[in-house]
Amino acid sequence: MIAAGLATLPLAAAGEVGEGFFHERSSETLPCQATSKLFCFDWARENIGSFGTPTMQHLELVAISVLVGFAIAFALALLAHRRRWLQPPLLAATGVLYTVPSIAFFFLLLPITGLGRDSVIVALSAYTLQIIYRNTLAGLANVPDAVRDAARGMGLTDRQILWRVELPLATPEIVAGLRIATVSTVAIATLAVLASGGGLGVKIYAGGNLTFKTSIVIAGAIAIAMAIAFDLLLLGIQRLATPWRRAAEA
Amino acid sequence: MTATIPALPPLASFGGAIEFIFEPQSSSVTGGRKVGGFDQAVELALNQLELTLLALAVSMVVALPLGLYLGHRGSGELLAVGLGNAGRAIPELALIAFMAAAIGVGWRNVTIALAVLGIPPILTNAFVGIRQVDRAPVDAARGMGMSELGILLRVELPLAVPTVMAGIRGATIAIVATATIAPLAGVLTLGDFIINRNVYGADGLLAGGILVALLALALEFTLAALQRALTSKGLKVSAA
Repeated sequence: MIAAGLATLPLAAAGEVGEGFFHERSSETLPCQATSKLFCFDWARENIGSFGTPTMQHLELVAISVLVGFAIAFALALLAHRRRWLQPPLLAATGVLYTVPSIAFFFLLLPITGLGRDSVIVALSAYTLQIIYRNTLAGLANVPDAVRDAARGMGLTDRQILWRVELPLATPEIVAGLRIATVSTVAIATLAVLASGGGLGVKIYAGGNLTFKTSIVIAGAIAIAMAIAFDLLLLGIQRLATPWRRAAEA
Repeated sequence: MTATIPALPPLASFGGAIEFIFEPQSSSVTGGRKVGGFDQAVELALNQLELTLLALAVSMVVALPLGLYLGHRGSGELLAVGLGNAGRAIPELALIAFMAAAIGVGWRNVTIALAVLGIPPILTNAFVGIRQVDRAPVDAARGMGMSELGILLRVELPLAVPTVMAGIRGATIAIVATATIAPLAGVLTLGDFIINRNVYGADGLLAGGILVALLALALEFTLAALQRALTSKGLKVSAA
């Protein structure tokens, strides 16, 4: 299924490499396809179904990447919270992974995982690490000392303080990091098509053809809608996980 | 799928990619003309750097004054912060593709598209940076008779340098990364090695990845050094 996500990548970007590219257009041409209109409703009506699989692939890429990124970043943050000396090197390491553009990362993995979904997931997870790591660590650091002291005074162990006091209080910052990471990942995952990783990019860059605006507009709109949906979902989870904040607001 | 799919390139090797960067390789589709090599790599890298700096300059010209002004006034939070959040959701590939298909290819249009990506982080961080400045020194400056512009530029901005620079760095990373796909819109950058892979082959693909990564890291290190140079000594002491 993923292999089907391979689009013809070459595109006549530069005149000198114009020949040698081939693209076949789908079946018959609709009247509004020939014009340069921004949006061809007839085409959209007929082809909307073909966006299903790329959308699901996209969803999958983002969900897996963010979950993997979260698991690693969360563990690193807990470790660094205990062992302060780890903080500068971990910040630097995740910083490098954040800075290397995902599109470059896809191909750096070429000798290791090859082209395809695995490389995309590794690269996107690596991208999310720093955002989640920093926010988690900041959330833990922002827990007031008085709260920690009170917990200790009540006889809680370090582990209990972490899971029952510090992490719940840090939840808003952790979720804020997750939201930033997820929304960015939805956007960046459109580039997965260049690494044969499928996703909505397939409908933007399909058929070696960049000139068909309707498909670009629909795929772009789905990506933006997906980012908003993830954002609201995470916000909802945060509200459910921190009922005391709602009480404080009221 | 509507497209015929070219065969997957064979697995590239780092050795082959390094060779590709320094020595032109023969290609099967260019009719004997060699591709890659140091000269082409440098030329494409400089193109990408130029495009990045150009787009960054445009986004700074638009976003910095606005962000600083709104931050100083303390109004427009919805615009400044909301735009920053919305900006993250812009799908890079769709943006460049739409720009190329609907408005046209070429340097000017790609620069505008990339600047669109740079504006939100710069605007948000400029706003937040100025807003977070302690009110006491600002009141003191006002009490001493400083003009509002003087307060903004000589009191608030120096204190907000770390946050403002973080926004510029974020914008730079987003712009340089997306400049990689500029060849889709007719501007040849290092991404040409990636996008026109049937010309450059698997080694070119990996070489493109390496070069883009190095360019992004070099920019980030340069801006980090610039940030350290711009941050006043007093701030560094208090942070330590």
